Amino acid sequence: MSLVNFTAREITCKIVYYGPGRSGKTTNLQYVYGRVPESRRGRMVSLATQTDRTLFFDFLPLELGSISGFTTKFQLYTVPGQSYYNATRKLVLQGADGVVFVADSQARRFDDNLESLQNLQDNLLSQGVDIRQLPVVFQYNKQDLPRDLILTHEEMDDALNFRSVHSFAGDALHGSGVFETLRGISELVLKRLAAGAVVG
Amino acid sequence: MTVTLNPLYRFDTFVVGSANRLAVTAAKAVAESPGTVYNPLFIYARPGLGKTHLLMGLGHAARAIDPNLVVEYLTLDEFVEAFHAAIAAGHGEAYRKRFLDVDLLLVDDVQFLTHRREMQAELLRLTDALQTTNRQIVLTSDRPPAEIEALDERLIRRFAGGLIIDVSAPDYETRVAILRRKAEERRASFSDGVLEAVASLEIDNVRELLGALNRLVAFQAVNDKPITPPQARELIGGATERSDGVTAARRDQATGERASAESAGTMPSEQPAAVPPPRRAADADEFSDFLSEISATVAQQVDAWRTQIGAAILRWEGEGYRTGRLQKLLDQELVPDPAHALQSFECDVQRLRELETETAELAPDLVGSAAFRDPGDLAAAESLLSRAREGAAPPSAPSPLWKLEEWVEGPSAKVAIEGARTVLQDPGGRYNPLVIVGGSGAGKTHLLHAIGNGLAERTGGSIACLSAPEYTGELIEAIDHDAVGIWRSRYRRVGAFLLDDVHLIADTDRTQDELFLLYNTLLESGRQMIFTSAVPLSELAGLEPRLRTRLEGGLVVELPPPDREVRERVVARTLEAKGAADSDLMEHLANRPADSIRLVVAQLQRVLNAAEARSVPPSVALAREVLDGVLPGPPAEAPAAAQARKSGQRSSGIVAPTVGGARSREKMVWEWPDLSDRVLEDWR
Repeated sequence: MSLVNFTAREITCKIVYYGPGRSGKTTNLQYVYGRVPESRRGRMVSLATQTDRTLFFDFLPLELGSISGFTTKFQLYTVPGQSYYNATRKLVLQGADGVVFVADSQARRFDDNLESLQNLQDNLLSQGVDIRQLPVVFQYNKQDLPRDLILTHEEMDDALNFRSVHSFAGDALHGSGVFETLRGISELVLKRLAAGAVVG
Repeated sequence: MTVTLNPLYRFDTFVVGSANRLAVTAAKAVAESPGTVYNPLFIYARPGLGKTHLLMGLGHAARAIDPNLVVEYLTLDEFVEAFHAAIAAGHGEAYRKRFLDVDLLLVDDVQFLTHRREMQAELLRLTDALQTTNRQIVLTSDRPPAEIEALDERLIRRFAGGLIIDVSAPDYETRVAILRRKAEERRASFSDGVLEAVASLEIDNVRELLGALNRLVAFQAVNDKPITPPQARELIGGATERSDGVTAARRDQATGERASAESAGTMPSEQPAAVPPPRRAADADEFSDFLSEISATVAQQVDAWRTQIGAAILRWEGEGYRTGRLQKLLDQELVPDPAHALQSFECDVQRLRELETETAELAPDLVGSAAFRDPGDLAAAESLLSRAREGAAPPSAPSPLWKLEEWVEGPSAKVAIEGARTVLQDPGGRYNPLVIVGGSGAGKTHLLHAIGNGLAERTGGSIACLSAPEYTGELIEAIDHDAVGIWRSRYRRVGAFLLDDVHLIADTDRTQDELFLLYNTLLESGRQMIFTSAVPLSELAGLEPRLRTRLEGGLVVELPPPDREVRERVVARTLEAKGAADSDLMEHLANRPADSIRLVVAQLQRVLNAAEARSVPPSVALAREVLDGVLPGPPAEAPAAAQARKSGQRSSGIVAPTVGGARSREKMVWEWPDLSDRVLEDWR
């Protein structure tokens, strides 16, 4: 997708929150939604099941206004985490400028995290995108849970972050780490964009 | 534009807070419709609160809206300086007209109007004129108009008729925002609460605030551990914590989120230490912070090339180079390869420096020429160097044909030749200048060139030796090609300056001016000057007294017409050179009156030419015939005798009779003495 349009002086970033089911992707978006002034946010589209599971995807458009003369828009997406919605995940991933991988810090979700990360790599690869070339950050969510239930930030890094990308501890429910994560992925995306990787 | 607007001083980069919001709003309104809303707009603030930033930001915004707008920014000092320069040059009206063509005039630091009555009058006139034509004027000062000492009451009223607005010290939030933005720009990150701690100190001057930030950055760069808020407060030291009650609570709010969150029940008490506390979870500033940081990132990353080019503009302008080429880049939407553009600019600057260095060696007075300050026009600099090279060609040197040892020395020229020898022994010392006065053909030029050659041998330096008409001609050509500086430099480099026929510069004002300047330069540096003149200096009309007195201040020697001894030696030398030494002829020619060597040589040459044409040796008889028209010449010789003479054989003197009796050659008078010669000789 065209990320920066110098002629129209527009920046549009598509950021996808990826991760296993129930890891807190939608919660991240909801928290952001709750902190953004009404004038700056579009309608958050969330297609959920009766049990609040994401059926299709969440979409939150953010209008950041004019920054350095650029009309800047962020589009935040989540994918359905459940393994049987892979086609939807592929669809949402198309044209992503950056990915936030929201991992569940609970020790019992260790395999789900790995499986989802593998799925992300596969889906990107199927679209001809090398995950090493795409801005990605990790958010280890639910770090507010009792320590005996979760893996620490370092343990999560050891398990998932073998390329040493930026990672953030999070508690999306209460907002901890949510904006830090968003800021982290945004900076990566904007830096890549400045390097001329995707310029319209 | 007198001073180019700093590309970094834009509204975008101006942190707006409650202390400056009104001023920014007014400035933006003026930028959107200059000359209509607040005219004049007068902004005052203590130093370091962003007046200049705001003023330039206004200029940028106005130009962004209307690129054809003529915007001029200058400080009052520049305004005054330009005014004085214009008045000194007699261009006062042009100066006024220049500002009347400006659509948006931005004048910084007008507090310096204090006690400058003439400038106040000028500014009053200008303000009235601009207002009349709906052109905008914006002024800044460090105090309100009424507090500018001795400011004309009418000016105060004019300013009050527009909008007078102040910028006060930034509040805590603005200070935090400024620190965050600047920290981002410096790519520095600090622990939570550090910047807030600094913002809470008694620093309400933005420059000092940035100075404090610089100290933090420097401190953190040399320490392994991130700086903590207490360390930051201690480091900034001199500033004390604010007493306005904003500090502790806000700092705690910024740094002690965890405690407040926990007490508010928003965070479980079992939260592990690894989890960063929510930042201001209770309020909605999280998004503002995010937005602010993203803005900085966009400014740095997306528009990074603008920042780079802006910084380059500042740098090169600071070094005095024109940056129009880079400024044009800023007007573009996208520069595909800004690094290349900057590198290319830098290469051109480097080339300009090389050209200037080379030119400086050839023509020092061209150093600092505007041509060496415009990387966008290398051709002009190349052209200047080329002209310097042309001008650097050494000036005319003395003719090597004329040597002092060949100069025939007679008793009458003793003073002149002694003067010449003294000059050769002590160039630029005892007799400077040496002025040789003598009639035409007296040997001045020969002596001048001979001394020149002697000086060249002795000093090894460049000796300029030329005639006054040549000197004037070169000057005219230099004026014609706008290369007087180069031409001037050419002569200021010489080791000695020898000017023939200085009397011919009479009534040439510019030549005399240049000669006067050159004279002083060479004299000060102890370089020898020699002049010749066919007219005694005291009788020389049309020569400026300042030049005449200087020439007379050296040694003036007279070169009289050649005396007999000189004539004889000149003739002898010439005849010997031709292998035709004839004492009678020598005597004959030496005795002939001549007021110049040139005439002596010319006479002898005529005789020699005639002898050659007739294939006879030069003789007194031939000389008489050629020079005095005494006829007839010798009778036609018999072929045998002629042949014998040609072959150099001496005949017996007896010529065999061809008709009648024998005739002895010794009894025949072949060459009658020239009576007139004898008479003249007797007269002498």
